[in-house]
Amino acid sequence: MGFRKNFKPFLFLSPMIIVVFLFFIIPVVLTIVLAFTNMDYSFKWNFVGLQNFKDIPSDFIIPRVVSNTFIYTFLTLGFFNVGMALVISLLTTSLSDKIGSFFRTLWMLPRLTPSVVYGLLWLWIFDPTEYGLMNYLRSLVSLQPQDWLYSSPMLIIILANGFIGASMGMLVFTAAIKAIPEDYFRAAKIDGASWFMIVRKITLPLIKWHILFVTAYQTLSLLASFEYILIITDGGPVYRTEVWALYTYHNAFANFRFGYGAALSVILVVIGVVAALVYMKFFGFETLMAKPRIEVD
Amino acid sequence: MKKNNGELGFFKRNSEKIMTITIILILILITLPIIIGYFWLIIRSFSEDMVRGFVPTKLTLKNWRFLWSEMKGYPNIWVTTFNTSIVALGVMAIEVLITSLGGYALSRYDFPGRSSIMKLILALHAFPAISLMVAVFYLLKVLNLLDSLFGIILLKASLEIPWGTWIMKGFYDGVPWELEMAGLIDGYSRFETWIKIVLPLVKPGIAVTAVFAFLSGWSEFVFINTFIFSQKFWTLSKYVKGIIGDFRFADYGLVTAVGLFYMLPTIIFFFFVSKHMIKLTIGGVKG
Repeated sequence: MGFRKNFKPFLFLSPMIIVVFLFFIIPVVLTIVLAFTNMDYSFKWNFVGLQNFKDIPSDFIIPRVVSNTFIYTFLTLGFFNVGMALVISLLTTSLSDKIGSFFRTLWMLPRLTPSVVYGLLWLWIFDPTEYGLMNYLRSLVSLQPQDWLYSSPMLIIILANGFIGASMGMLVFTAAIKAIPEDYFRAAKIDGASWFMIVRKITLPLIKWHILFVTAYQTLSLLASFEYILIITDGGPVYRTEVWALYTYHNAFANFRFGYGAALSVILVVIGVVAALVYMKFFGFETLMAKPRIEVD
Repeated sequence: MKKNNGELGFFKRNSEKIMTITIILILILITLPIIIGYFWLIIRSFSEDMVRGFVPTKLTLKNWRFLWSEMKGYPNIWVTTFNTSIVALGVMAIEVLITSLGGYALSRYDFPGRSSIMKLILALHAFPAISLMVAVFYLLKVLNLLDSLFGIILLKASLEIPWGTWIMKGFYDGVPWELEMAGLIDGYSRFETWIKIVLPLVKPGIAVTAVFAFLSGWSEFVFINTFIFSQKFWTLSKYVKGIIGDFRFADYGLVTAVGLFYMLPTIIFFFFVSKHMIKLTIGGVKG
């Protein structure tokens, strides 16, 4: 157990440790320190104590932001990241592997498309003129074009995020379903169980751990995500799609209120750190390790 | 029951067929926005105009004019594409190098702190790094890496390195010990064994890491949008975002052509690579 023996692995690991320190550990500490300053674009360290945190409850946009964040996170999670993901994996695993993986590949496409291009697709679908898909469909039944981005912006960002978010759960659930011994399904079929019966009595109970894992994991990534909202609505119209993470971003990089922005992030960072630690404890090392990183065609 | 067996088999075969067709129809229906969206993107970029939602009137290459003539107020497309490639290749190089080093140590050495490092990696994977942007801005400023493509490369690669190391560790775990033993017995040092024997055996892992790192660097938008100020350092994400903003209502042809051009690596991946390759779960930043 000498120095030499333990020196080599750290030589291999040191580049990783350095970047983790530089871009994870330092920023976490820095975010917390910045939250106690009123730093703006002059980058002066002016410590103001708890002022930023006192300002948060009296910020009149905050209630709007909080309710948007909850609506966005839980509807996207329920309908897509878990709901749609389950539907796709249950349906595709009931088909031959070739057809099933064809559909799953299609669902991977949005995730691997550059975000600005993917955003464009939704901007076209909900275009306010008759050139857009939805308004073309309305014109078929002689309805006037509608300004969807104004009338239902939240729906649009939930759909846009959902069609990307579903693919992670889809991969996890598909791998979990494929790992269920074929005999279970065969026995149920011989007993005359219907498709729905098999799903309810065999598949779902056996993958409930994975459902819990995806729910926990995706809640956290949805809470912090804002990229597609920034691209599609930029939080508008008038804060109607402004979520917590985006409000943080706007405060820091549109209004240059770095101190206040950092205070808002601290709340996300704390939620992130606590949740990450709780997940580690709750799901344990084994489950996280068993998470299918890979799906081979 | 027994004498009806043939009839029952026939009925069962048919009902299974109906079930399969129903399932396929439902899948097509829920996948429709994706299918229609990408179909429109491709067709629209080659057509003069479109009627009835997505029926092209006349085919044209005019929408692709941004490739050979300058767009007013925009940097040269080829300079922008070059910048994008630099970011993509840079992220790829750093990520492949650091993750193949780290993954080897975690897979092959037993040392104090190994299990804590692995736990830290998993916790970092669940932690939403995007919430650190304010601090990262200050950090980049102090390091003099604002408005610099190198800053973007370093940041982007770093955020993906913990999980990439985990993936590489998985590939190293699949390499049998005996081969390394043979190398060591033949007189190689540990480092030589790694380079000459083990590394060639984890080529598939390196390929996976490389492809996904390239695509993620290529697609990066938020960091470019926030940490890059000069047009000469623009990458395609910023260019395409600008074109969408300026021409969305005037010229969908141009907008889709620019978008499709930007998407080429993704398309190439889908047609040539994804069949042989593996799909990674990319969590973290994206919802």
